[in-house]
Amino acid sequence: MQWETVIGLEVHVQLATRSKIFSGASTAFGAEPNTQACAVDLGLPGVLPVLNEAAVAMAVQFGLAIHAEIPEISVFDRKNYFYPDLPKGYQTSQMYHPIVGAGEVEITLDDGSTKRIRVHHAHLEEDAGKSLHEDFHGMTGVDLNRAGTPLLEIVSEPDLRSAKEAAAYLKAIHSIVTYLGISDGNMAEGSMRCDVNVSVRPRGQEAYGTRAEIKNVNSFRFVERAIAFEVERQVELIEDGGKVVQETRLFDPDRDETRSMRTKEEANDYRYFPCPDLLPVVLDQAYVDHLRSNLPELPAEKRARFEQELGLSAYDASLLSATREMADFFEEAKNVCGDAKQAANWVQGELSGALNRESLPIADSPVSARQLGELIARVIDDTINGKAAKQVFQALWNGQGASADDIIEAQGLKQVTDSGAIESMIDQVIAESPGQVAQYRDAEPDKRGKMIGYFVGQVMKASRGTANPQQVNQLLKEKLDALC
Amino acid sequence: MHDKTLVELARALDAGEFSSRELTQHLLGRIDRLDGELNSFITVTFDQALAAADEADAARAKGNAGPLTGLPLALKDIFCTRGVKTSCGSKMLDSFVSPYDASVVEKLRAAGTVSLGKTNMDEFAMGSSNENSHYGPVHNPWDLTAVPGGSSGGSAAAVAAGLVPAAMGTDTGGSIRQPAAFCGITGLKPTYGRVSRYGIIAYASSLDQAGPMAHSAEDCALLLGAIAGHDLRDSTCVARGVPNYSEELAAPLNGLKIGLPSEYFGDGLDPAVEKATREAIAVFESLGASVREVSLPHTHYAIPAYYVIAPAEASSNLSRFDGVRFGHRCDNPVDLIDLYKRSRAEGFGDEVKRRILIGTHTLSEGFFDAYYKKAQQVRRLIRQDFLDAFEEVDVLMGPASPTPAFDLGANKDPVSMYLQDIYTIAVNLAGIPGISVPAGFVGSRPVGLQILGSHFTEARLLNVAHQFQQATDWHRRRPAFAEENA
Repeated sequence: MQWETVIGLEVHVQLATRSKIFSGASTAFGAEPNTQACAVDLGLPGVLPVLNEAAVAMAVQFGLAIHAEIPEISVFDRKNYFYPDLPKGYQTSQMYHPIVGAGEVEITLDDGSTKRIRVHHAHLEEDAGKSLHEDFHGMTGVDLNRAGTPLLEIVSEPDLRSAKEAAAYLKAIHSIVTYLGISDGNMAEGSMRCDVNVSVRPRGQEAYGTRAEIKNVNSFRFVERAIAFEVERQVELIEDGGKVVQETRLFDPDRDETRSMRTKEEANDYRYFPCPDLLPVVLDQAYVDHLRSNLPELPAEKRARFEQELGLSAYDASLLSATREMADFFEEAKNVCGDAKQAANWVQGELSGALNRESLPIADSPVSARQLGELIARVIDDTINGKAAKQVFQALWNGQGASADDIIEAQGLKQVTDSGAIESMIDQVIAESPGQVAQYRDAEPDKRGKMIGYFVGQVMKASRGTANPQQVNQLLKEKLDALC
Repeated sequence: MHDKTLVELARALDAGEFSSRELTQHLLGRIDRLDGELNSFITVTFDQALAAADEADAARAKGNAGPLTGLPLALKDIFCTRGVKTSCGSKMLDSFVSPYDASVVEKLRAAGTVSLGKTNMDEFAMGSSNENSHYGPVHNPWDLTAVPGGSSGGSAAAVAAGLVPAAMGTDTGGSIRQPAAFCGITGLKPTYGRVSRYGIIAYASSLDQAGPMAHSAEDCALLLGAIAGHDLRDSTCVARGVPNYSEELAAPLNGLKIGLPSEYFGDGLDPAVEKATREAIAVFESLGASVREVSLPHTHYAIPAYYVIAPAEASSNLSRFDGVRFGHRCDNPVDLIDLYKRSRAEGFGDEVKRRILIGTHTLSEGFFDAYYKKAQQVRRLIRQDFLDAFEEVDVLMGPASPTPAFDLGANKDPVSMYLQDIYTIAVNLAGIPGISVPAGFVGSRPVGLQILGSHFTEARLLNVAHQFQQATDWHRRRPAFAEENA
C-alpha cells in the first residue's frame, strides 16, 4: 500500500527580550544556575506577573510577517500541572484567545518550488526551568534561570507531507524570526524547539490517521530523523495488523528512535482557565499599524526581489535569502562590486565552501562582505584573472592583507594585458619549443586547436598566472599560424 | 493609650504626650499579657517594632513626621513581610520567612507606621470564624466563647481588645467586614484594584483585596490613603488618583439616597440583628438621608458562584506549595509524586484541601463550562444588579452578617459556615467597596452595619460611616476584656 505522511509542527521560539515575559529578571543564556530567577520567577507566595510589552510587540511582528490575523483581544490562561521546574504549578499561556490568529508560511522545497503551510495560530507563554538529572547523586537539580523566558508557540495546520517539508517549514520559521530579530534562533541553546505531530494514512484517504506527538525535537536534522523513524514505525505497525495509539513520544537522537512517554489515558488534564492576575491584552489598530510599518523586508519578499530585480535564479535567490546574515552579506558584496550574479557566485561558491570547511557561520567570516565585493570588482575590471582572484581570496581569508588591492599589489597578481609584454613571452616560449612548434606546423589545421593548449600553459607559467588568458590565446594563434 | 483611635494617638504623639516607643512598649506589654487568651497574633515582632518606633520618634524630633509616623498597627499574616515569618495561618508556611515586603507593607513602612506583628487568620484566608488556623482559633474579646469571625479574625480581635489601634486585613468574600462586625470595629474592603495585591498570598486573585481595620471610619480613611494607589507590580491595580479620604469625611449627609436591598432583610436574618440594623438606618434618616427599598435579584446566586470561582482560582494559586522550593516538605520522600502527595497532605488543613478539591473538579475537562463559565456569567449578573441599584441610590445598607458572632465550634458544617457570608460575598464578585461599622449589640456581641457603594466611592463610604460615628458611640465601646485587664 502507498502511505501518505501527515505532519503538523508546534514550534517554540524563545523571544529575544532582555527581560522575562512576566518579570524583570534577565533572559541571558548560560548564567550560573538560579542566578537569573527573581521572586516572580521562583513563584514565591504573593508575587504577581506583569506582562513584558516587548514580548507582545515581537509576537505581533511575527503575526504580521506571516500575514496572520491579529485579534484585538488576547487572553492569558493558566495551564495547571505539577513539575519541579514549573515553580507556580501552572504555566501562563494562551489557550482560548491567542495573540496571533491564522496565517501562512511559504516554504521552499529542494527543487526550488514553493508551498504554503497554514499556521493555525501562535500564542505567547512562559518557558519552564530546567531539571538537571546528572551530578546530583540520584536527586534532581532545578535551574530556574530559563523559567519565565518568553516563548512564542507557533502551531501549524497538518499541511506538511514529508520530513523534508517539515524541515523546510522549520527553516522558514527560523528565517522569519531571525529576520525580524525577535529570536536569536540558536537551536543548540534551545532558542527554537519543536513538537512534531505525525500520522500516516493510505494515499487517497481523506481522514487523518491516529497521530503521535514527538516532544522536544531541537534541530533541523533531528526533525527529519525523528519523522523518518516515526513514519516507518507507524507504517510497520499498521501493516503488521496493529494500531497506532495516540500518545506522546520522545526522540532519542543517540539511538535514532522515538519512545513512548505517555498515552492519551495518562495525559494531564491541564484545567485551563483565564489567569486572574493578568488583564486581557488589547491591541489597538494604531499600535499594530505602527509595528507593520516598521517590519523589515522578510525572506519571501527578499527572495522575490533577488529574482526579479537582480535577475538571480530561483535557486540562488532562495539560498541567499535563507538567513538575514547571508542576505545582508550578499547584498553588501553586490553593492560594492556592482554585479549581482558575480556576487551570488562568489558567496555561494568560494565563500560558502571555505565557511563550510571550517564550520563557521557567515557572521564570523574572516573575509568581510566589503573585502569580497572589492575582490570581485577587480575581476570585473580585469585587474586580475579568475585564477589570481582565488589566490587573493585565500590570502584575505588568511588575513594576509587588508584589501584585495593590497594583496594584488604585494603579490604582483595584477593581470598583464600589455600586448607587447605578452608577445615577448610568446616569442620566448616559441623559441624554446622547436619540437612542439614543428608538430604544430605538421598537424592538420583542425587538430591545431587542441595543440595550442601546451603553448598557453607555458606562457601562463612564464607570467606566473598574471597574463590575460584570452589575449594569450589570441596572440599565440596568430603567431603560430604565421609560422605555418 | 490603648483605647484611643489612630487619629487621637497621632494627635497625642504630635503633642508630645508620649513617644512612639512608649506607646509601642505599652501595647507590646498588653499583647504579652492578654494575647495568651485571645491568640490573635501568630508572630509578635518585638525588636523590629521598637526599632521602628525609635526611628519614628527620631523623625518626629527632626520635624519629619507624617500623619501616620509612629503609629502602631498589625498585619494579617497573609502580607509578605521581609525577614519575618509569613505563615498565612498554615502549617505549609510555618517555616516560611519572606525575603520581600508586600506593597502594602512597603507603603505602611514608608509612612512611618510601626508593625507589632502578624495576626492570626483562617488558613490561606479560607474561613469565616478563624477556626481554620494552624495556630488555633482566635477568641472574640467581647465574649471569649465566641469566634471573632474570619478570615481576618486575628486582626479584628487584636484591634477590639486594644492590643493595637489598627490592623490590616484582606477580604475575598467578607474577611474584613464580617470579623469587623463580630468584633465591634470598623473594617473597609476597598474596590478591587484600589490597593495593590503584590505580596499578599493569593487565595482567589480576582476577589482578594486588602483593607484597613480600626476603631473608626476616620482611622480607616487615614490608612486607606496610605495603602491605595497604582503599583506597577500588580496589573490589576488601577492607575487612578488617590483622593484625600480624610478631607471628605465631614460632608453632611443631607439628600443621601440609601437603598435597602430587600434580599438582605429576608429569611435567615437574626431578628435582633435586623432590629439593630434598622435602628442604625434610622440614624441616617435623622441626618437627612432618604431610604428606599431596592432589589439585587441575583443575590441568592452569589454564594454558589463564589464557591466555584474562589476555589477554582485557589486550586491553581496553591499549586506552588509543592514542597520543592519553600514551605513544608515531608520527611524522606521516596519519589516526586510521594513528595507532592505527602507534603501537601501534611501541610494543608481540611478546609484548604476541600477548596482545592472543589476548584480542581470545577476546572476539569467536561465540567469547566457547567461550573466555571456559568459562575462567571452569574458574576456579571450580580455586578449588574449593583450597577443598576446605584443608578437609583448612592449607597446600599444592610447587615454585615446574618447573626452576631457565633460560639466557637458551633458551625461544624462547611455549607452552614459558607452561608455566614451571604451579605458580603456578592460585593467581592462585583468588585465594589464595602465598609462595616459597629451598630449595636445583641447581648454582649456586636452587630455590624454594612455600607456599600459603587466602584471607587471609598471616600463617600468613609464619609457616610464617619457621619454615623459622629452621631453614635458604638465604635467607642470597648469590651470588658480590654478594660479589666488594663
